[in-house]
Amino acid sequence: MRAVLAGGLVFACIAAGAAIAGAAARTYVGLPGGQFRTALRYEDYKGKPAHVAPFALMRTPVTNGQFLAFVRAHPEWRRDRVPAVFAETRYLQHWAAPDALGPDARPDQPVTWVSWFAADAYCRAIGARLPTWIEWEYAAAADETHRDARKDPAWRERILSWYSRPSNQALPRAGLQAPNVYGVQDLHGLVWEWTDDFSSLLVAGDNRDQGDPDKKQFCGASALSMDDRENYAVLMRVAMLSSLEAHDATTNLGFRCARSASS
Amino acid sequence: MKRLQTMALAMLLCGFATITHAAKPAPLPTDSVYRLALPLTDAQGKTNDWSQLRGKPRVVAMFYTSCPYMCPLIVEGGKAVERALPAADRAKVGVVLISLDPKHDTPAKLRAMAAERHVDPTQWTLAAPAPDDVRKVAGVLGVRYRELADGNFNHTSALVLLDADGRIVARTEQVGAKPDPAFVEAVRKQL
Repeated sequence: MRAVLAGGLVFACIAAGAAIAGAAARTYVGLPGGQFRTALRYEDYKGKPAHVAPFALMRTPVTNGQFLAFVRAHPEWRRDRVPAVFAETRYLQHWAAPDALGPDARPDQPVTWVSWFAADAYCRAIGARLPTWIEWEYAAAADETHRDARKDPAWRERILSWYSRPSNQALPRAGLQAPNVYGVQDLHGLVWEWTDDFSSLLVAGDNRDQGDPDKKQFCGASALSMDDRENYAVLMRVAMLSSLEAHDATTNLGFRCARSASS
Repeated sequence: MKRLQTMALAMLLCGFATITHAAKPAPLPTDSVYRLALPLTDAQGKTNDWSQLRGKPRVVAMFYTSCPYMCPLIVEGGKAVERALPAADRAKVGVVLISLDPKHDTPAKLRAMAAERHVDPTQWTLAAPAPDDVRKVAGVLGVRYRELADGNFNHTSALVLLDADGRIVARTEQVGAKPDPAFVEAVRKQL
């Protein structure tokens, strides 16, 4: 009897494990590594492409529904309990209550009004991490059929038309747009997204008017500039992320998680 | 006699109350950076959560020991703030330098730098977080940085003033031998 029970338990565990692995496969998509030329001009790259290691990225941004489950399991991230040092007062302000979504936050819409600390905590809680900027840019360079569509004027036009849309409309739900060549959705045209190293984008607006920001504010190096000034997809993201502090939360700013390749 | 006993009991109770009070400090303010759990390993190789720094105002900056250009100026900035205070007040504020480069900044490296730069080991804390915590501590302090391909870092050079409970009360980007008068004034107000 005991053996049967134990056997049943083992089977149940295997089944549960498979279910988790299956859910992960639906949640994430694996991206091959490769050489990638970022649109940012980093002085240490000197125009050389960066190497991006293989990684997995969530197919869609984290939704209100998923974030609500996280907040219920980790109540220290409720908007009425989170320390101000980790999230400003507008954190999750569109939810009806600290633990309820309400009419302005449908469960299948991407979560917004989240701070970097909260996004980081969510990803860590599920054994993942936020993607780095270069990973995000690498994944977002693709269209439905090409890994690097950045030179395609039609692709650029499509992205630009999203940025020109007023931001006071209700967000569509996550996962409506066609997947890119890797199977990732909504990198453009839905929300802004945190990256792990958003604060490495050293183009803070407050250095522009300080005479010589390179010498004054940054340690022996220059602020970022763009190699590809027509790439609005990147230009706008960088301008956005570089203006944020880690406790900031704002409209249309969400996130998705990534994982390093396990091999 | 009875009264004496009651008084003794009362004193005992008061003493007990004082002890429990001392053992359990008031909760940290919600905007205290010490809300972030952050084990720091100092130049002596001891690891403590940085909330141990509570109780005294601190001038905090992020740096790394192999930094060729800006970080010596950050150290000078810390010293300049100390010098701007009356000698009697200098012990009332601590200076904390937190490494951006914990992979390389071992306690030995931190000790070597403290010696080379002649900082007062009783007032200064040089320490490194776990590699995984660097982005978080930079986040609560509002420091932006990027690791370069050659192992150096781009980073904002700021001195951040924390009050005794770890709330950010002032910051300055003015580092070097000439202190920022507004920042020094903010430090004085904390003493």
